[in-house]
Amino acid sequence: MYRVGIDIGSTTIKVVVLDETGNIVFSVYERHLSEIIDKTKEMLERILPITGDDKVSIAISGSAGMGLATDCHIPFVQEVYATRNAAKHYIPDTDAIIELGGEDAKILFLTNGLEVRMNGSCAGGTGAFIDQMATLLGIGRDDIEYYAGKATQTYTIASRCGVFAKTDVQPLINQGAKVEDIAASILEAVVNQTIAGLAQGRRISGKVVYLGGPLTFIPTLRKKFDEALHTTGICPENSLYYVALGTALTKNYDLLTVQECIDRIESYSGEGKYVQFDPLFKDDDDYRAFKERHDRDCVKSIDPASYVGKGYLGIDSGSTTIKMCIISENGELLVSRYSPNNGNPVQAVKSFLTSFYENFPYIKLAGAASTGYGEDLMKAAFRLDCSLVETQAHFIGARFFLPEVDFIIDIGGQDMKCFKIRDGNIDDIFLNEACSSGCGSFLQTFAVALGKSVSDFANEAIKSQHPVDLGSRCTVFMNSSVKQAQKDGALLSDISAGLAISVVKNAIYKVIRASSAESLGRHIVVQGGTFLNDAVLRAFEKEIKADVIRPNIAGLMGAFGAALYAKRHSESEGKNESTILTEGEIDELTHDVKSVKCQGCTNHCLLTINTFAGGRRLVSGNRCEKPVTKTKVVDAEERDIYAYKQELFDEYAAARNPGAKRGTIGLPMALGMWELLPFWHTLFTKLGWDVVVSDKSNRELYVKGQASIPSDTVCFPAKLMHGHIENLLDKGVDAIFIPCSSYNVDEEKGTNHFNCPVVAYYAEVVHSNMDMRGKKLYYPYLSLENEKHLAKRISETFSIPKREVVKAIRCAFDELEAYHRKVVKRGEEIVERAHRDGKRVIVLCGRPYHVDNEINHGIDRLILSLDAYVISEDSISYKEKKHDVRVLNQWTYHARLYDAAYYVRERDDMDLVQFISFGCGLDAVTSDEVREILREKDKIYTMVKIDEITNVGAVKIRLRSLFAALEEKKSDA
Amino acid sequence: MPSVPFTKEMKKDYTILIPNMSPIHFNIMKQPFQLYGYKVILLENSSHTVIEEGLRYVHNDMCYPALLVIGQMIDAIHRGICDPDKCALVISQTGGGCRASNYYFLLIKALERAGYPQIPVISLNLQGMNKNPGFEIKPQMLLQVLSGLIYGDMLMLLSHQVRPYEVNKGDTDRLVEKWTEYLGQCYKNNKGYLGHYMKKNVNQISDDFAAIKVDRSRKKVKVGVVGEIYLKYAPLGNNNLEEFLESEGCEVMLPALIGFVLYGFSNGIKDAEYYGRAKKYAFFMKHFGMPFMAHYEHLIEKAITRHKEFVPPATIKELSQYAEEIINTGCKMGEGWLLTAEMVELIKKGYSNIITTQPFGCLPNHICAKGMIRPLKERYPESNIVPIDYDPSQARVNQENRIKLMLSVARERLDDELEKENRKNA
Repeated sequence: MYRVGIDIGSTTIKVVVLDETGNIVFSVYERHLSEIIDKTKEMLERILPITGDDKVSIAISGSAGMGLATDCHIPFVQEVYATRNAAKHYIPDTDAIIELGGEDAKILFLTNGLEVRMNGSCAGGTGAFIDQMATLLGIGRDDIEYYAGKATQTYTIASRCGVFAKTDVQPLINQGAKVEDIAASILEAVVNQTIAGLAQGRRISGKVVYLGGPLTFIPTLRKKFDEALHTTGICPENSLYYVALGTALTKNYDLLTVQECIDRIESYSGEGKYVQFDPLFKDDDDYRAFKERHDRDCVKSIDPASYVGKGYLGIDSGSTTIKMCIISENGELLVSRYSPNNGNPVQAVKSFLTSFYENFPYIKLAGAASTGYGEDLMKAAFRLDCSLVETQAHFIGARFFLPEVDFIIDIGGQDMKCFKIRDGNIDDIFLNEACSSGCGSFLQTFAVALGKSVSDFANEAIKSQHPVDLGSRCTVFMNSSVKQAQKDGALLSDISAGLAISVVKNAIYKVIRASSAESLGRHIVVQGGTFLNDAVLRAFEKEIKADVIRPNIAGLMGAFGAALYAKRHSESEGKNESTILTEGEIDELTHDVKSVKCQGCTNHCLLTINTFAGGRRLVSGNRCEKPVTKTKVVDAEERDIYAYKQELFDEYAAARNPGAKRGTIGLPMALGMWELLPFWHTLFTKLGWDVVVSDKSNRELYVKGQASIPSDTVCFPAKLMHGHIENLLDKGVDAIFIPCSSYNVDEEKGTNHFNCPVVAYYAEVVHSNMDMRGKKLYYPYLSLENEKHLAKRISETFSIPKREVVKAIRCAFDELEAYHRKVVKRGEEIVERAHRDGKRVIVLCGRPYHVDNEINHGIDRLILSLDAYVISEDSISYKEKKHDVRVLNQWTYHARLYDAAYYVRERDDMDLVQFISFGCGLDAVTSDEVREILREKDKIYTMVKIDEITNVGAVKIRLRSLFAALEEKKSDA
Repeated sequence: MPSVPFTKEMKKDYTILIPNMSPIHFNIMKQPFQLYGYKVILLENSSHTVIEEGLRYVHNDMCYPALLVIGQMIDAIHRGICDPDKCALVISQTGGGCRASNYYFLLIKALERAGYPQIPVISLNLQGMNKNPGFEIKPQMLLQVLSGLIYGDMLMLLSHQVRPYEVNKGDTDRLVEKWTEYLGQCYKNNKGYLGHYMKKNVNQISDDFAAIKVDRSRKKVKVGVVGEIYLKYAPLGNNNLEEFLESEGCEVMLPALIGFVLYGFSNGIKDAEYYGRAKKYAFFMKHFGMPFMAHYEHLIEKAITRHKEFVPPATIKELSQYAEEIINTGCKMGEGWLLTAEMVELIKKGYSNIITTQPFGCLPNHICAKGMIRPLKERYPESNIVPIDYDPSQARVNQENRIKLMLSVARERLDDELEKENRKNA
């Protein structure tokens, strides 16, 4: 009897036929371009001549095959299980398998207790991710290997999720990092993602087998895994077919002929089982009316060949595309270009300018400005006159079309920007966070995957009668919804329309967080390349139930705004000529990129140094001004309370008590310790321990602990705990202490004073998932709210007489109070100094552990470099009385946030920026509330979502937008 | 900022909407409310518009149950299931350190944004937060509701243990329906919720289920479900998980709801021990609350063990012992240590294939579900646990695929076991 295994993965279909003796008599591996039903049928028809009319053991496997198998009553074998069976048969002594597929990542442990794991709901680091990154780099999927092999160094790329990684990769591209290095970094990110997400505390060792497309086709990826696991894994023959082979080998009671399978698939039609929306357009007339309405919003353009006079250039160097336009003295459009940057934006601008100089010698550039991600790079490369933050550029552009505009939404390739305008100023800014993608490149990726060009794909949506509801969360997982819908009979047009609706819903409900159209505004301008897609525009109008303005140059609005700005700038300076490179200089423009590790401080930022002909230089990747100005940042701790707190904690860490009678005890600098170190350090020192504090967090320390993290979706501050524990164990401490506590200090500001569940009980995770190397972990349940009871608990935990404990606890409380007083005092000093120096004060709010540099990514220093001083929520919250907030106010740290917001909103000299760690469920509550508290008094709320992600480019744009908006407000007042 | 109060006048003609967390339980528990003059509707609307309304009015990073429950209520109003000027909403408030205690406030915010600030929201909690004059629970009614919880547990546990094996399809469901109706009659006659009557009823339930004709010759894969409480029980939350598992040929075990109530009670006792808090409350719970509830536990256990084929639920005492093997019973936010304890219980009772359901980003579950899988695996190598995340746009196929992976391993183990048995017999 023949055995047939069909593996329908997310991008490919694999079929094998085994004969009676187990020999492979047929095997094929092909992309299915989502035509799952047809492709499967075709495959079956190809094997029909082999099997004839015999009953065979046949089964389907794979994520995309599950629904088909169920509906057609063909046996199904879960793919990870199939892999296991194949490995058991072909390589019986396998200890562990790592398999990467199109969208799935799996790890199987075969010996010492079978364990099979696949990626959970937040995923990336798979084949599709590598594909996406290749597209982003403008290289073919198969070129990754070629480039990665030639890398000389790697960058840290957030490894959790494709979307995150994209936000890391994009700036690297824009800053001019080498493709080779980025390619290798991407592979490293995949390795980290797989190990951190799936090993979950279990060591991968012994005989390791690599399977699946990416690991088969990219030897460098295997090498990276070998390095990370300190092993040499093998990639067996037929590594692409293991799932199919395992499927064929799996015991199967339900025998069928191949013809029967074909018949079942043929008679199957999954019509309309998916959840649908109303069509975007009722009929052709509806679409025509829509078209006519929007065609009116046109910028006036004139033939550049007939124009003689001054021209103004605007360059918007975006994430995946570059937009350029040149306008006349009267603001008419002369020349424009919208092109992908193919990972080399400088080259794209160079070619534009070369052709411009050549074709239109009578247009004299009198001003040039750049904006967007590559703002600095462009300005340096082409010696432009000025540059501006992209939010401003878009606002200037929008105002040109609709002077009374009060809401702008811009969806670009990679990011989304929305701002409310009040009294001619930007009043509130929303930018997409690291996780909610759903922008232009998202649609593009899908279009390409389904074999269509972007515009064809968009046009399909217009025809759709039954758009699919695809949800609005993660792009990675939308892929599976798309496949499911296709199987259920959705047409390409329905999917395209569904995706357009997803993009819009994501923007409105996730980024803007609006519940009604009225709350957005009455005069809305939409822009950005993504809105050139009529389906997206229509979906947006339908969703907010209002008509909006889409300029015909929606995709160029940033560049257009920059050109207008250049014009204004040049006119106000009375310039007749731009500083931009001349025709001759453009020809000779050279561009050299070098990466170095900054040795200025312990952060060792990876700097990218761009050098251009004529000695112009651009340094990027830095968090402070030091490597650029070559001067040391002095007295930071007098302008930045985060630096000051670090300093205070360093003092505790340095205070050792060698030879203490009870030995050494380790305190990990993670989570709650960032608040209570003064307390615990003093307590243990007084009780006769030599207290060892773990080192400062850094990437290396994090990676060291990542293998034991059991939940890949827990917040980054919690994940760091694992590294700190390893660090303490490396230091050879006798014991480690992490308190467990439902309750925090009672500051009498809320109805209760809880810790968040993660801060409260993370010690349990440490205890259950980490190898303590024989050292004792103390994790007693206790709280600082009741001094007497605390003494009892400490005395019980460590068997120390209560008398002794009581005394030590008093000292510890005194120390904690002293610490709080110092913070408060320094906060006041910073505010005073800011007044003296005429600087802005930013209240950088978060949790105590956001002081950690590895968590805040040096954003406090970034604010300093933007010429403002930084204080924290706990340095001012005590000044407020208890407030009635509209949410349950029962967490100590949250109450501080609300109080800080109440305090800030009454002051003209302060503004608030809130840190939110990705995955913090509680901050879903606080961010809305803090925003509302501030809004009531017309204060701008700024939220910075941070994670393992290391790039601060987007944050910088956000902060600069805030400062630009504040500046305008001030000059109005 | 509490909501508009639910006044005594409102009681007359207002309809109260209740999210249906566990259909079996809530169908019984709603009846006392009706008897005492409240018009109540258990919400059943479950189309995708529920999720859409949720996304619209609740912060999208908020936990999925909040989004569902609130979305369901607003969807019900939009659909005209009730008159927005003549209805009130009920939502539970646990008051713990988990973000779920915020549901009440989120619902009020959502109603305001949706344009219904006039709708009163009634908070159900043990702490006496946010009181409503028109919503008064008389002791007698409370006892009836409590008995409803017990009856619900009985019907849920036994129906799960019988339905997969029933010979005549539908017998089990019909029995559940019959009892739900009968219990309503009992309450009407002011009977069936105290001592002797209750004992008689639970015993009868057990006997009735035992009398259903079953065929247990073909062994089924036994799957236990634990997790965040709403997702664990509500079909709307877990995409009809029970139904899916039974269609895959499994026997499902959902731990009893009474465990959650007792877990809540016992946490007060720990708070006194660990933190020196609320000693009076702890004293009351220890000496009155817990012993009082223990008699219900006893009732269930006795009734279920009348028939040896049935598996009774663990008592809170056993559960906390199970937990202590792995995690401290001070871990009390969300489902806390109870979740870990239930996993131990399930493994011990032969349901070593476990699904833990959690909303994406659920904080307590990082600790007591995902964080405890490793020690469980070490202690019980036979455990086969899969955590499944739920959120508004989680593709069902992804969830089912992961569940199927867990089931493949489970089936293989079952086959091995059967083979071993056969060999022994031969």
